[in-house]
Amino acid sequence: MSLAPRFWKEKTRRNAYGLLFLGAFVALLPAWLHTPYALSTMVLIGIDTLITVGLCLLMGYAGQISLGQAAFFGLGAYGSAILTTRFGWSPWLGLIGAAVCTAGVAYLIGIPVFRLSGHYLAMGTLAFGSIVHIALTEWKAYTGGPTGLPGIPRFSLAGVPLKSDLAYYYFVWAIALGGILIALNLVNSRFGRALRAIRDSQPAAESVGVDAGRYKLQALVISALYASVAGSLYAHYLIFVNPQISSLDASIRVLLMAAVGGLASIWGAPFGAAMVTLLTLGLREIVPRISGYGSGEHQIIAYGILLVVIMLFMPQGVTVAAAHAWDRLGGWPALRKRLPRVRRFR
Amino acid sequence: MDASPPILVEVDHIRKEFGGIVALDDVSLRVQERQILALIGPNGAGKTTLLNIIAGTITPTRGQVRFKGKRLAGRPPYERVRLGIARTFQQAHVFAQMTVLENVMMGCHIRGESRPIDAAFRLRRARLEEEDILLDAVRTLNLVGLGNRADQLAGDLPFGQQRLVAIARALASDPTLILLDEPAAGLNRLEKNDLVDLIRRIQEMGITIILVEHDMQLVMQLADWVVVLDHGRRLAQGTPADIRRNRAVIAAYLGVEEA
Amino acid sequence: MPSFQPQDYVQLFVSGLSTGAIYVLIALGLITIYNVTGVINLAQGEFVMLGAMLAVALVRLHLPLALSALGAVLAVALLGGLVHRLTILPARQAPDVALIIITIGTAIAIRGAALFIWGTMPRSLPEFSPGAPIAVWGAVLSRQRVWIMGTAAAVLLLLYLFFEHTLLGKAVRACSINRQAAELIGVDARVMGTLAYALGAALSAIGGIVIAPLTLVSYDMGLMLGLKGFVVAIMGSLTRAPAAVIGGLLLGVLEAFISGLWASGFKDGIAFLVLFVLLLVRTVPWQDLWRRPA
Repeated sequence: MSLAPRFWKEKTRRNAYGLLFLGAFVALLPAWLHTPYALSTMVLIGIDTLITVGLCLLMGYAGQISLGQAAFFGLGAYGSAILTTRFGWSPWLGLIGAAVCTAGVAYLIGIPVFRLSGHYLAMGTLAFGSIVHIALTEWKAYTGGPTGLPGIPRFSLAGVPLKSDLAYYYFVWAIALGGILIALNLVNSRFGRALRAIRDSQPAAESVGVDAGRYKLQALVISALYASVAGSLYAHYLIFVNPQISSLDASIRVLLMAAVGGLASIWGAPFGAAMVTLLTLGLREIVPRISGYGSGEHQIIAYGILLVVIMLFMPQGVTVAAAHAWDRLGGWPALRKRLPRVRRFR
Repeated sequence: MDASPPILVEVDHIRKEFGGIVALDDVSLRVQERQILALIGPNGAGKTTLLNIIAGTITPTRGQVRFKGKRLAGRPPYERVRLGIARTFQQAHVFAQMTVLENVMMGCHIRGESRPIDAAFRLRRARLEEEDILLDAVRTLNLVGLGNRADQLAGDLPFGQQRLVAIARALASDPTLILLDEPAAGLNRLEKNDLVDLIRRIQEMGITIILVEHDMQLVMQLADWVVVLDHGRRLAQGTPADIRRNRAVIAAYLGVEEA
Repeated sequence: MPSFQPQDYVQLFVSGLSTGAIYVLIALGLITIYNVTGVINLAQGEFVMLGAMLAVALVRLHLPLALSALGAVLAVALLGGLVHRLTILPARQAPDVALIIITIGTAIAIRGAALFIWGTMPRSLPEFSPGAPIAVWGAVLSRQRVWIMGTAAAVLLLLYLFFEHTLLGKAVRACSINRQAAELIGVDARVMGTLAYALGAALSAIGGIVIAPLTLVSYDMGLMLGLKGFVVAIMGSLTRAPAAVIGGLLLGVLEAFISGLWASGFKDGIAFLVLFVLLLVRTVPWQDLWRRPA
């Protein structure tokens, strides 16, 4: 009799602890970092976490490539923006409406696109992303063109509008943590298993009864939903949207966050989002002083180098690489040896 | 003499062309329930192609396959699993980044009905299913003797054991028919003996087996009925003893050591 | 809406041809690299940009134009080879996803480096032979466009001679047709890969230099060009040069017409729509369409 069933309950317990820990960390962080700048950065990290989790599900677990994820983000953001400004919907309805539309687009696109694989799939998603980007930029009547749409109302919770950064911070992170929870549930289920099977060997997956096409489509729609909700949250936070949020650079940024955190690691997502955001901010401070050219998106050189380095040396992401390094250095037992002995409590 | 058992699989006049190449030409055969049928022949004879056609990964150019009387045409592989057809691959194709147990749990995939939304919110249906699937998988793993490897990554196992995982995975879907594609390739004598035992046990469970194999000793030990293919055509069929004496078969295998 | 004369159509057609010629050059570079290494180089557009940027930089150092152009092409070719050695060879065993991400990473690293070194100000390259535009078939063509088409034609001819009539070219071709067989007769696949990358980069650089006088040279000019080059390469199934040549010219003409007759904002969208349609067309199993179900 193997230890397998116990192992399963162990994993569920670890996930629960992880969520509690992360939740506590998020809840207490503002006590330490409470400047508006810090809070707004953390709000954006929370939004980025959502979209990254979605991409992880699609790339790390289903094994599909998407270079157009920002298109779904943009659709969600613009969907919310248009529904609330032009049609007067409430932000909550707008979020749901935008999510439904985005999911529909994902479904329609997925049917043809998932017949492709490898490079062609990557290019197909890239083309789709670019078409959405161009549409959002050129369709001025609805989207306000390159200058974007202003005047988006704020979210309200039980009638109280969320105006302060702090309130929005808790709001966004509550949703982000919920998103992580759902993703973990999906991954540790028959559905998640089927996705991983498709990733490891699609013919073998089909030979045990998995309709690969349908599952890949579901994974795409789910990742699009994550991106759309993230987009809606973004729109109601900045109360302004512009087409750049759906550009290829934005899609690559999501890819980078997922890669840093680990493509197949849901837990890596918040970490990857945080790292990339902080790196970007840091670079924005440092680089203009060296280069002498002032403004400009200099961080992209770091993005590029990071992507290459990670794929060559740490393809499972920084979190997993760190975990392996930790194991190699001895892990908890080694640490315990170095600390003074403490009486263990049972 | 008993009435002969019912026919499970009917292969009728199958022809398969790949561009200009004729891989199978007018091949027909019948498989009885609970039978072990061995499909043999020199390399390139079309054995794996025929297996793939029965499994559904390839569609025939002409002809049809019937399973339990139902036509299989137009049914993709994942549908055939629900009908009761399971298969293994020559290359094993285990899910390398999943544990052995998870591989076998994948075999139980069709036992579940839950949808992503059930999983997302850990609804009761999904949780109960998981328990059942887990227990089934553990049972099947123990059946093939891999119980102690349950938590190892399938990709880390030696090839012979990966084969075993693939067989366990196929068994887990509770099939009526199993298609084994060269299960003995690359195994040593001891492993082959274990394999023979396992296949016999599978037959005792009431499962019908179609076996593509090169190892004549294995075939002679196990098969109830042998079909010989050569250059895409059925050369001969009969009991192992018949086939061993068949001159045309010997000629086709000229140069290959006889069992 | 101005009324359109037949002249205008010819004008659009010819200027479209010259744009298309650039796409052809980029696509040929992609095809060369893909054929030999099996990698789709998503950084191809950045080599275009680098060619133009380096040429501008050399001209600013008061080198004569011809020398600057040559220097830029050689430098980019060298860089292409380096990219292969540093980022592709080490990733030999990696899955497809990783390779795609690596080429993307290389692309944006190069773009970022260009931004870092040269900033955001667009630059320009002087025309190769300044002078009045030339009349061709009733259309008025700037001399630079003639240069573009002439260069593209010359490059095509040189490529043909290289691959068909030189030993090195044949070795590269052998590698692309059957790597194992080529290695058995002593061709080092890795060296061929580096060579292919260098050649592909050079082709892009030539494209960039020759179009530079007609457009603004800046660190982000490579993205669109690279993507369009990719679309054209797909028209050639990533492996067939003649189809890519025709496809590239077609795309250029199509863009010119859409831009001239409708709205220029959607010009870039054409390439993506074409890409999308092409990819979808690939997935329809044409040969099964008319087969009687078994």
